[in-house]
Amino acid sequence: AVVSTQSTGGYRDDSLETVKRNQLQYSLPLKILSYQELYGWTMDAIVKEIGMKNNCTFCGVFRRQALDRGAALLKCDKIVTGHNADDIAETVIMNILRGDIARLGRCTAISTGSEGMISRCKPFKYTYEKEIVMYAHFKKLDYFTTECIYSPNAYRGNARTFIKDLEQIRPRAILDVIKSGEDMSIKDDVKMPTQMTCTRCGYISSSELCKACIMLDGLNRGKPQLSIGKANKRKQILKATADTGSTAAEMF
Amino acid sequence: SSGINAEYGEFQTFQHYFIQINLSRMDIVIELSGGAELLFDGKKRHEVSLPEEGWTLAKLLPWIRDNLLQERPELFMQGKTVRPGILVLVNDADWELVGELDYTLQRGDSVLFISTLHGG
Repeated sequence: AVVSTQSTGGYRDDSLETVKRNQLQYSLPLKILSYQELYGWTMDAIVKEIGMKNNCTFCGVFRRQALDRGAALLKCDKIVTGHNADDIAETVIMNILRGDIARLGRCTAISTGSEGMISRCKPFKYTYEKEIVMYAHFKKLDYFTTECIYSPNAYRGNARTFIKDLEQIRPRAILDVIKSGEDMSIKDDVKMPTQMTCTRCGYISSSELCKACIMLDGLNRGKPQLSIGKANKRKQILKATADTGSTAAEMF
Repeated sequence: SSGINAEYGEFQTFQHYFIQINLSRMDIVIELSGGAELLFDGKKRHEVSLPEEGWTLAKLLPWIRDNLLQERPELFMQGKTVRPGILVLVNDADWELVGELDYTLQRGDSVLFISTLHGG
């Protein structure tokens, strides 16, 4: 099991303690990685720089990479995440609302993977959050729940409220939203991002520099806004400044 | 009359009255988990004695909101029912199986509210 922790104290403590207990209960090897050791930045420090908006982007990107790096360290064949039906339905709605065609195409895939990357899958893709909570209750499973302290007003909250209201009216709506996401096809003339590898750290990327490297660059230069916003603007800023940025891969 | 006899007499009457009241009260247990307890000052288990009978869950919910809830009522209730995302179990069974808001509470019942709204 790989767990990443993004802060120095408080928020993740109980969660980590639960995971450590789970390790003993299920006899699993455990690897804990912290954003501090991987990237040199905790979420607390990042939020201090950028505030409470857009921090989901930083945390999410760092977490994905952390999971990949941790899985590679433990020599895993596959990464399995706990995303459930509610999560995926929320993501479909989010991507539609934000017009994110690229992510919409990928987010409903039960299994993803490409050359050189450890593939991932979401076995709970069709399992309702309600089923999972009920199962955990009746089986008396040891788990911990809390609200993320960095993003109380995250955009996902809007999608979540919507999905929950839908579920109350017609519970099948959650599966239907996922099916709609799966069935959406994109016109041929729509520009889609091409997949390549980051020129600096070798991680999978849709542009020359992967999101993590761009974000770290921005943070380390005191210009975190580099990683938020349109790509053209970013290119201009990068061209203008000397290329002495940091890389996530240096830590390995 | 006055003195001990009079007081004893009053005490007997009071006891009789007290037992009468007890019989027409309804004791139930309200439990919270999954983070819902945070709205109730962290207290997960509430033993409650409701006055008289004839309590449906529809009647209980606003009572909980007005008497037990410590903060942010909008996170517990939405309109006449629980906020979507909060599961309700009556005696360890999904409340959908017993009629949801229309279920009439019985003495000794246990109502559990589990919040599923967490994470990022």
